[in-house]
Amino acid sequence: MSIDLPTGSPPARVAFYNDPKVRSIAYQVALCAVIGFLVYAAARNAIANLERAHIASGFGFWNTTAGFDISQALIQFDSQTSSYGRAFWVGLLNTLLVASIGIVIATILGFIIGIARLSKNWLVAKVAAGYVETIRNIPLLLQLLFWYNAVLKALPEFRESFVIPGGIYLNNRGLFIPQPIFKDGFGWVLIALAAGVIGAIAFYVWARKRQEQTGQQAPVFSVGLALVIGLPLVVLALAGFPLAFEFPAAGRFNINGGIEILPEFAALLFGLSIYTAAFIAEVVRAGILAVSRGQTEAAYSLGLRARPTLRLIVVPQAMRVIIPPLTSQYLNLTKNSTLAVAIGYPDLVQVFTGTVLNQTGQAVEVVAITMAVYLTISLATSLLMNIYNSRIALVER
Amino acid sequence: MKRFASMLALALVVCMLALALVVCAQSASAQTLKAVTDRGMLNCGANGTLAGFGLPDAQGKWTGLDVDICRAVAAAIFNDANKVKFVPLSAKDRFTALQSGEVDVLVRNTTWTSSRDTSLGLNFTGVDYYDGQGFMVRKALKVNSALELGDASVCVQQGTTTELNLADFFHAHNMKLKSVTFATANEAVKAYDAGRCDAYTTDASGLYAERLRLANANDHIVLPEIISKEPLGPAVRHGDDQWFDIVKWVLFAMINAEELGITQANVGEMTKSTNPEIKRFVGTEGNYGEQLGLSKDWAVRIVKLVGNYGESFERNVGQGSPLKIDRGLNKLWNKGGIQYAPPVR
Repeated sequence: MSIDLPTGSPPARVAFYNDPKVRSIAYQVALCAVIGFLVYAAARNAIANLERAHIASGFGFWNTTAGFDISQALIQFDSQTSSYGRAFWVGLLNTLLVASIGIVIATILGFIIGIARLSKNWLVAKVAAGYVETIRNIPLLLQLLFWYNAVLKALPEFRESFVIPGGIYLNNRGLFIPQPIFKDGFGWVLIALAAGVIGAIAFYVWARKRQEQTGQQAPVFSVGLALVIGLPLVVLALAGFPLAFEFPAAGRFNINGGIEILPEFAALLFGLSIYTAAFIAEVVRAGILAVSRGQTEAAYSLGLRARPTLRLIVVPQAMRVIIPPLTSQYLNLTKNSTLAVAIGYPDLVQVFTGTVLNQTGQAVEVVAITMAVYLTISLATSLLMNIYNSRIALVER
Repeated sequence: MKRFASMLALALVVCMLALALVVCAQSASAQTLKAVTDRGMLNCGANGTLAGFGLPDAQGKWTGLDVDICRAVAAAIFNDANKVKFVPLSAKDRFTALQSGEVDVLVRNTTWTSSRDTSLGLNFTGVDYYDGQGFMVRKALKVNSALELGDASVCVQQGTTTELNLADFFHAHNMKLKSVTFATANEAVKAYDAGRCDAYTTDASGLYAERLRLANANDHIVLPEIISKEPLGPAVRHGDDQWFDIVKWVLFAMINAEELGITQANVGEMTKSTNPEIKRFVGTEGNYGEQLGLSKDWAVRIVKLVGNYGESFERNVGQGSPLKIDRGLNKLWNKGGIQYAPPVR
């Protein structure tokens, strides 16, 4: 006695408010409306409160004279004539400087430590493991304070500055090196440098192609070095050395002149690089372990030794696994640089969200701008990394 | 299951709508005196790290010249100088804390300036300490005047009028400045002590206070130049005139008490005085306390529980304290200084 179900009959008609599709759309629209309303209400509330309390708002403060001094400024900044807007750019450049150099050092160090942890040498592997475990588990702020105090205590006082012949001074106020002053004709040297870099890249591309076709290798490294360094030097000599140096000299209290590298900058750089390198080491180790063991065995059976195997076979394949978490670590480093406020390095947060916010009192605008800046930096970094990632992605046949 | 999910979604939407309405309703302004009385506690923003002005002692009890003003306000309202909650604030978040309502009064050695009075939405209620900015250097540097500090590194706290005055002073005298700024005064002093900078600058009262905390207080001297006016005083929010009057007149009451010779010890017998000025002050004549929204004996409460201005000064920053700062400008107007309070009548 089986029930005869009619096949191919249309689904039962339901009221439109019981239709699952209609329901889901309705809920999503309602949720968006509620969220939009909350945001609007909060913004309206904030503006009303600011007006009622007679707190200034708007962006008029951008052009007001700053009136304060910044200890490290990569562009011209004068307390009497520069504006808050200029202070913003100074802080931003300082942040980008420490973040970019920090990323480079952290990557190099992280790769070395990560590969070292996989070494067959027991001591090397354990030292690397110890490094990672210790550094990862101590808060970054404490590490920064440690580096700042360690750097300051290790360096000599001004009066006992460590002098390196050639006009380099090292004391607890900073590292002072001669500043090059570019005279007329230096433009040619820069053009020669650019030509050298392009030439080195072109030679590398040509050498790769030739190796793929004929198997012959070319001395890419030495030729590249000769082009990038030798060519500008030759042009420098031909142009008659259009380069002068401003040497640092000891004043009554401080060394004056030359390029000054602050101990705050050095401490922040060390602290950030060493901390992030521990995380990058683990990411690299994960990537290398993700490459199938068969690849290494095949390479050994072809007669390749350990180091070329790592460089040519394992790491290129590991990069696919390494890049996404590596991007996160780069973003972490950039955002962690805001801890500079604890050791007196004038980065964006210290200068803009600290001093400018306090002097103008306009917390909402200043914090919103800072958040937008960090968001932009992070999005740009992850965009670049994703472009690189998609280029090395595995293309299935 | 589907029915349950849809009920849950509906409940969530209703909750969010209710939350939105609550957010809207928060914009009604509260009368501060009423809020404080209902709460039973006064919220005060203070320094937390500055000896003589706002510092908790080893038992956690807050002391200082600024702290005494808040205790006096609490005494006037509650007849209990301990009904105060002190919130330690740094130079960076002190104004936001007051603007947002986290504290009712800001007594954090804050300089009264025109921009703070207007664009920050604050009202300064008076000056409890006339100060000025100075420099502290090591004796070993053999510097006798601030004008010799060209090219020196100076440690300073960021976000203060100190930073601005420092830049102005050096620029006006054509001296090159190397300033090193830190988020808190603690870090700035530590860096100065470690030798990172040659000089430390802040208000002169702060210099004496911070010198006590250095490794070797006798190795440092305070230079004679005072390079700016720093009138330090309590601040309240714009928009509440009654609260503004109360905090203002609490400080004036302390100054008037010293002028009339009323101290913590003799305030009991002063309530029986026949001097008309004293009678108005202690409340036996007139209703000046009620006009403020306080009780008749508002001024007596202040002097009995906290003391008059002179007693508070001596106890916190004067000869009765480790700082031993001379009263200088902070003497009464009829004793050579400029502390002057309008009369209670």
